[in-house]
Amino acid sequence: MKGVSYKTVGQVTNILLFVEGIENASYNELVEISVQDGRTINGQILSTSKNVSVIQVFGETYGIDSQNTKVTLSGTTAKMSVGMDMVGRVFDGLGRPRDGGAPIVSEKKMDINGSPINPYAREEPSEFIQTGISAIDGMNTLVRGQKLPIFSGSGMQHNKLVAQIVGQATTRSKDKDFYVVFCGMGINSEEANFFMEEFKRNGSMKNTVAFINLSSEPSMERLMLPRLALTAAEYLAYEKDFHVMVILTDMTNYCEALREISAARLEVPGRRGYPGYMYTDLASIYERAGKLKEKKGSITQVPVLTMPVDDITHPIPDLTGYITEGQIVLSRSMDKSGIYPNIDVLLSLSRLMNQGIGKNKTREDHKQLSDQLYAAYAKGKELRSLMKIVGEEALSDTDKRYLSFADAFEKRFINQDYSDNRKVEETLDIGWELLSMLDISEIERIKEDMIKKYGKWKQKQQQAS
Amino acid sequence: MSGKITRISGAVISAEGLEDPKMNNIVNVGEKKLIGEIVKIIGDQAIIQVYEEVSGLRVGEPVEDTGSRLSVELGPGLIGSIFDGIQRPLDKLLQKSGDFIQSGINAEPLDRKKKWHFLAKVKQGAQLEEGQEIGEVQETSLVKHKILVPPGISGKVLNVKSGDFTLDDTIAVVENNGKKTEIKMVQKWPVRQARPVKEKLPPVIPLITGQRVIDTFFPVAKGGTASIPGPFGSGKTVVSHQLARWSDADIIVYVGAGERGNEMTEILTSFPDLKDPKTGEPLMDRTILIANTSNMPVTGREASIYTGVTIAEYFRDMGYSVALMADSTSRWAEALREISQRLEEMPGEEGYPAYLSKRISEFYEMAGRCRLLNGKIGSITLIGAVSPPGGDISEPVSQNTLRATRVFWALDASLANSRHFPAINWLNSYSLYLEQLDGWYRENIADDWPGLRDGMIALLQREAEINEIVQLVGYDAISEKDKLVLDIAKAIREAFLQQNAFDEVDTFSSIKKQYLMLKAIQRLNDVESSLVEGGATVEQLQSTDVKQRLFRFKFVKEEEVESYSKELMKLIDGLSKSKPKEGART
Repeated sequence: MKGVSYKTVGQVTNILLFVEGIENASYNELVEISVQDGRTINGQILSTSKNVSVIQVFGETYGIDSQNTKVTLSGTTAKMSVGMDMVGRVFDGLGRPRDGGAPIVSEKKMDINGSPINPYAREEPSEFIQTGISAIDGMNTLVRGQKLPIFSGSGMQHNKLVAQIVGQATTRSKDKDFYVVFCGMGINSEEANFFMEEFKRNGSMKNTVAFINLSSEPSMERLMLPRLALTAAEYLAYEKDFHVMVILTDMTNYCEALREISAARLEVPGRRGYPGYMYTDLASIYERAGKLKEKKGSITQVPVLTMPVDDITHPIPDLTGYITEGQIVLSRSMDKSGIYPNIDVLLSLSRLMNQGIGKNKTREDHKQLSDQLYAAYAKGKELRSLMKIVGEEALSDTDKRYLSFADAFEKRFINQDYSDNRKVEETLDIGWELLSMLDISEIERIKEDMIKKYGKWKQKQQQAS
Repeated sequence: MSGKITRISGAVISAEGLEDPKMNNIVNVGEKKLIGEIVKIIGDQAIIQVYEEVSGLRVGEPVEDTGSRLSVELGPGLIGSIFDGIQRPLDKLLQKSGDFIQSGINAEPLDRKKKWHFLAKVKQGAQLEEGQEIGEVQETSLVKHKILVPPGISGKVLNVKSGDFTLDDTIAVVENNGKKTEIKMVQKWPVRQARPVKEKLPPVIPLITGQRVIDTFFPVAKGGTASIPGPFGSGKTVVSHQLARWSDADIIVYVGAGERGNEMTEILTSFPDLKDPKTGEPLMDRTILIANTSNMPVTGREASIYTGVTIAEYFRDMGYSVALMADSTSRWAEALREISQRLEEMPGEEGYPAYLSKRISEFYEMAGRCRLLNGKIGSITLIGAVSPPGGDISEPVSQNTLRATRVFWALDASLANSRHFPAINWLNSYSLYLEQLDGWYRENIADDWPGLRDGMIALLQREAEINEIVQLVGYDAISEKDKLVLDIAKAIREAFLQQNAFDEVDTFSSIKKQYLMLKAIQRLNDVESSLVEGGATVEQLQSTDVKQRLFRFKFVKEEEVESYSKELMKLIDGLSKSKPKEGART
């Protein structure tokens, strides 16, 4: 019941509080814990019964005792005040401003856990998003309402890539551009500063709502952070009709916090100590992306995670890949050879690509061209490893052409400048240009009329003759 | 009498004060009347599994026993619907609560106002047994919904009439020993209870799916069981969708358990436009969807599989062949694990409950080709997708599934990465129905079918062996005969096994087309083998025209396959004549 306080703390652990005799506490209700030293800490009811209620504490538990600590029910589950004045602001894991500004005061309060979207209400995402990055636009196209994560590793340049996507993302329709919701979970202050500086520099900050939980801040708030961010996104998308891109970084930190809290709750651990419900928990975040039939706005998610030891079968990338609609995988070896963005095109995949490309969306030749580029690059890479065994002399002329194609594909198509914002036509034209390094008879996946219309062989032949 | 909530810990709550609570009874929980099921009883405490989000629920709120078990409503109106795990119709929930599913919202699974045209098939005075057909309703263009005497009821027909009725109208009255029973077009059936049949029969007819690698090499029988384990990105969902699209079953039940919301949307948007290859009618007219996506309550995910099976059994009882796809059974098993942990049960392997194995085998045992109560034959084919963590099938769900199913379609990440789709590995996969089905293939396709198929599989296996040698000694060092094996195996892989689900023609291959394609490959192998024996080298045999035509075969429309095949065969036969010339050239 709202406002009622209890001084009946029984047991205290480093994140849990067992309080006796709470009446009418509701499941997931927020509470305030007043400690003798004057601090107030937030908490949430994890389980409640007639005798004992278990409270999850969001902050440091030092100073909590069974004599003087007072627990007050708030009467509500976790809700967040939302309004257009969130835009341009930075908040923490409890929704408090961390930019020194005033808190958001609004009549409109939304449950941060949201509710599952009725599958019948969804519309299939199909609108092309131009990120200006060839390896994404050309080969693994992102569409509005998709959830497409970036699988990175420690020490790779995923932050730069994310900042570039945020700065460049645009669509071809005339309606308003993206709003960005940035959710930085357990990132360090340098990373946080980098993003904020970049967003200010490229002008996206005025359309951004940022949520940041630094690595030194409570783990429990880290678990709240994406839920706050997505609630803000849902407000912008479904109440205000905007298209929203949500950046979630770093999901690995989120999952570590999930494991930490689960262990503290003495739950039975699943694979590698992560809780058995991690799939469901991640789904409750990722599935909040989408496009609804009856609403103009949409939520596109670009989660970022660092794969421990670059292992794609680790539970975090594994469970993520089972939920998201594809993945952009970054490559260690390409990073080492100085290619930016170091996107491994062969391991990456966008499941919704086919819906978002083609005539009237990108260009009619897009699908066939990207299939051909994929096949040729795959062949070139295969020959590259073969060459290491048998030597270059053993390869035929055709093989050698594939080899130089693969090199050029990495250097000219994938590789691009941080400030290089390529139109999709430009991306496709580079693709055609590179294909002309191969003999025209090697082109199996593109129909003749497309070759005639877009191919770059003709000019060469003319020059030669 | 209503009880009171005494404890809430996630989706499992305790209540006391219920008068004589019974296991598996459905209760209304709290002021919002959330749907719950009693799963454990300790003294006067009832432990309840709640099927909806419990945030905000308080200790002390009321709990009411409905006195009935979790049931599915069965009757006209099922086809073309999309339900959640406990059969709430998602389209009606949308009207009631908007784009998001709210707790405490409920709706009748079937439309009670709609009138269906019922055509009586029996006359007054007829003696009816349980399961016998009383009449039928043309539910959709593809499905005649048969109205049967419910199990446990029999007697003399006192009254029956054709006409337009709602589900609540009585269409017949049956009398047995003075006891009159009104029969309606709708009935309820508890979800966890199997519907009775007379006996199970051996499955001897293949489920033709139009997918070449499945129909030819690893077929599943109507009434059989199959599993599709594979890591993410290996195309599990595409295979499941293809089976739902093109299988020659009469009814398709597609259960999306804990999967992506957008995938269900894809089915909902694409199926009404896709045409059944046999009749040209929309595929949605034989399809029922159960969608409990990954972000909906896990308790509903657990129930969704049983809801799907009960609906499948209901249509089987009409004499139909039903195919049920469950994507993904791993997510269902995870739901079992989560609920088990909340119930504080002793965990088994990897935290899964000790009864995981039993539940999985129980589920697949619901498949079968059955002699029905009315003497007819109906079947349920169960196809379960499995999502092993990291693609490693040594984990409990995969292993228990392999023991319970008879067909294994092994999806392979490396095949998917090289864009070989469907990424079903031909060396690891198996079908234990091959021999049982050979008779059907011999009778309906061609007498040489089994031999043809075995020959092709042997070639693919030989290819794998040769490739190991090639890794060691290099391609140039192997014999011309072995080179030919590699060449033909490549043709099998690329011209036959690879199938493009997104190509209008290639997405479905009739079994006849599959046969003709295999025959062409076999003929090419025979001709080239004799040429190689005669001294030709494989390099000399690279006749691009024949190969190209072989590779293009898959894109040939069904009406043209016969003439295309004839021409191709002629070209292949022609190779042996032109050989000396080509040989002389080099």
